[in-house]
Amino acid sequence: MPSASLITFFILAAIAVISALLVVVNVNPVRSALSLVVTFLTVAALYITLEAQFIAAVQIIVYAGAIMVLFLFVIMLLNLSAPTAVRETGKLQPRVATVLGVVFITLLSVSPLITLPGTPRQMTDIGTVRTIGLYLYSPQLPWLFPFEITSILLLVAVIGAIVMAKRRI
Amino acid sequence: MVPTSYYMVLAGILFTIGVIGVLVKRNPIVIFMCIELMLNAANLTFVALGKHFGQVNGQMYVIFALAVAAAEVSVGLGIIVAIFRSKETINIDEVNLMKF
Repeated sequence: MPSASLITFFILAAIAVISALLVVVNVNPVRSALSLVVTFLTVAALYITLEAQFIAAVQIIVYAGAIMVLFLFVIMLLNLSAPTAVRETGKLQPRVATVLGVVFITLLSVSPLITLPGTPRQMTDIGTVRTIGLYLYSPQLPWLFPFEITSILLLVAVIGAIVMAKRRI
Repeated sequence: MVPTSYYMVLAGILFTIGVIGVLVKRNPIVIFMCIELMLNAANLTFVALGKHFGQVNGQMYVIFALAVAAAEVSVGLGIIVAIFRSKETINIDEVNLMKF
């Protein structure tokens, strides 16, 4: 009898893989986006099973909230929801890509990198906001400076998006 | 207790689906979605390995990957809007201005 955490993992993994396949298979971009939201939510649930509660919350807020709204906004803005808006051409490419993908995942699954030494450690508060904050803002640890640099990255992204999308500056 | 290798295999499967989507699709917005899928798979391996070794470092990397993903999506969708405005299409087979 498998344990409850194993059953939970397999249910979440099945939902994640099926919705990820739907992202690729769907012709309508809006349906792809909604399938991707389901994938993000299941990955957030997997983060909770890995005791990363803060990352799970951030995943839902940033990915399923902000980024997917941006995707849906652009799809609606450019009126791409009709299946004929961008027609998919080529018969050979999907088959070759699928075969190569199956080969790739087989190689990954049998590679010795997958089998890790030891068993997972039991830690109770590895992913709480308190732990994340203590690590992220500690002057002794190397995360504070990259965190500040991230603000410049986001500023450049904001300026870049405005420059790209605006007709005349 | 779920072994960490199960999470690694799941992340590998999600990453492969993303790669296949990037190779197959002709709509750049769906290609962006597949790139997000690949980023999510990488984040999942970071968190799983961080849990395995009992360290918070994996989650730190995920936070920075999230910031980079948000920046990438905003700039990329801006580029797509600009291309659509000038060429009236975004099929990547017809947008080959930088090819030659």
